[in-house]
Amino acid sequence: MQFKLTEEHEMIRKMVRDFAQNEVAPTAAERDEEERFDREIFDKMAELGLTGIPWPEEYGGIGSDYLAYCIAIEELSRVCASTGVTLSAHTSLAGWPIYKFGTEEQKQKYLRPMAQGEKIGAYGLTEPSSGSDAGGMRTTAKLVGDEYVISGSKIFITNGGIADTYVVFALTDPESKQKGTSAFIIEKDFPGFSVGKKRRSLESVHHRLRKSSLMSAVFLRKISLEKKEKALKSR
Amino acid sequence: MEFKFTEEHEMMRKMVSAFAENEITPHIEAMETGVFPKTVLQKMGELGLMGIPISEEYGGAGMDFMSYIIAINEISKVSPTLGVILSVHTSVGTNPIVYFGTEEQKRKYVPKLAAGKNLGAFCLTEQSSGSDAASLKSKAVAVKEGGEYRINGSKVFITNGGEADVFIVFASTDPQKGSKGISAFVVEKGTPGLIIGKDERKMGLHGSSTVQVTFEDMKVPTANLLGKEGEGFKIAMANLDAGRIGIAAQALGIAEGAMKHAVQYAKGREQFGKPIAEQQGIGFKLAEMATSIEASRLLVYRAAYLRSQGLNCGKEAAMAKLFASRTAVEVAIEAVQVFGGYGYTTEYPVERYFRDAKVTEIYEGTSEIQRMVISKNL
Repeated sequence: MQFKLTEEHEMIRKMVRDFAQNEVAPTAAERDEEERFDREIFDKMAELGLTGIPWPEEYGGIGSDYLAYCIAIEELSRVCASTGVTLSAHTSLAGWPIYKFGTEEQKQKYLRPMAQGEKIGAYGLTEPSSGSDAGGMRTTAKLVGDEYVISGSKIFITNGGIADTYVVFALTDPESKQKGTSAFIIEKDFPGFSVGKKRRSLESVHHRLRKSSLMSAVFLRKISLEKKEKALKSR
Repeated sequence: MEFKFTEEHEMMRKMVSAFAENEITPHIEAMETGVFPKTVLQKMGELGLMGIPISEEYGGAGMDFMSYIIAINEISKVSPTLGVILSVHTSVGTNPIVYFGTEEQKRKYVPKLAAGKNLGAFCLTEQSSGSDAASLKSKAVAVKEGGEYRINGSKVFITNGGEADVFIVFASTDPQKGSKGISAFVVEKGTPGLIIGKDERKMGLHGSSTVQVTFEDMKVPTANLLGKEGEGFKIAMANLDAGRIGIAAQALGIAEGAMKHAVQYAKGREQFGKPIAEQQGIGFKLAEMATSIEASRLLVYRAAYLRSQGLNCGKEAAMAKLFASRTAVEVAIEAVQVFGGYGYTTEYPVERYFRDAKVTEIYEGTSEIQRMVISKNL
């Protein structure tokens, strides 16, 4: 049993700490005050490879591991929790389901640009009437020809509004509840997809902690999607 | 032993509660954006709420301390901001003049304060003396020159400061004597050399005014010396217990307000097929919150009772403030938790209680100071 970071992990910590101090901290209070997401900072993280830490190089990542990813989130959050949660939602909430359950084609199409930081990811599970009881969701997806038509709405979508790629959950078989839940990859430009107003979150008013990206996303009507019903094991 | 309010007190509670619901609620949103609630204070003045414990002779309502605490408690359930404005105005903005003023001073200042036509503030804390008020080497110094004092110095965190008409100011008339050299003065708004700084941006209590006040060669007539030279520290400390009970009542109100919203929400919000209030995880949480509130209520009103009877209540006031403020913070945090993601947004009121609660553990003696007071009295 060893409680010691490898040299590689120490290097990542040092790199992210320097980056956080030099590039993130100086504007943290100001972004908080203005409730502003700064794409430039995200782009700089991408240049350093921080937007795809745990993903293999073949999918645009740096081929490191989850420990390195956690170190990065920790170091970013020391100076700006908003930046920390943005990267966390991007990587683990949106990136991971695609990495774990996506087809090779989906990974190349969606995970790669996310890992390289060209695209930002978000995750839509919570609904107004289903929070802790995620299995109680009401959003449905009906197969019509070779498309799914998704209807419903999701709330508290971190990175909503700034994201390009959304991993969204809907019932393909409402009778079966959780077992009838499927996961879809949705592009922000799909017809019928719209994003609601930004929720004013506690810190946004109170300029101490701040997060720049808590949004509510509303899916209006038709949302076309990947052909295959990529069922996520209900979770 | 009776755990019952008199009929008069019950009427008071009912009246203030209705006033808070009907007249204060509509102003909460504006206050959150930093608007000072002038029109509400005017109405409170008309109702006699700005001078509850002040005798009728000086324009007050002539009611007892208990009635005043009931009012702070009820108002704070709806608006902790108005709770603190009222508390500071009455217990440290007006009462020092009532207790230590000359007849002339009382006639001149108290009726307008008690009627809510004037607002009071209290200038004690300085940058280098907060909890350690006795160290108040008071960099604010008053030098007697003929028929007036010339005061220089600066005070911080002055509640009501930006809106007040009357300031109770503490400054050293004899810096050699330390706390025994402090004197108190009544200073009117508009006095040349009285400089009001800009409002502090605070975590909560957004509708209240908190400013830095600076004195630059401010000239105050000797007739405005409150008490005798060197009595300032005694005056500052004299009403401390009452002030603490007031803040404890504010904290109790915050906890009760947050609790009310949490219970309503928990009974209406369904997850896993039933209201979350019926899920044990949330039900037990609500039970703990309710119990802490009940304990706070007993401490707060017992301290208020002792004070009303003119009995010693230093330890009890400190205990009430320590416990009620901790309860306010804990209950508000848990209320946000009950609301889940919604509680974290400004669309629901619990985050406001959460932000408003924290300062009750800080002002009018931090929780650490209360523990000092309690432990010295054991």
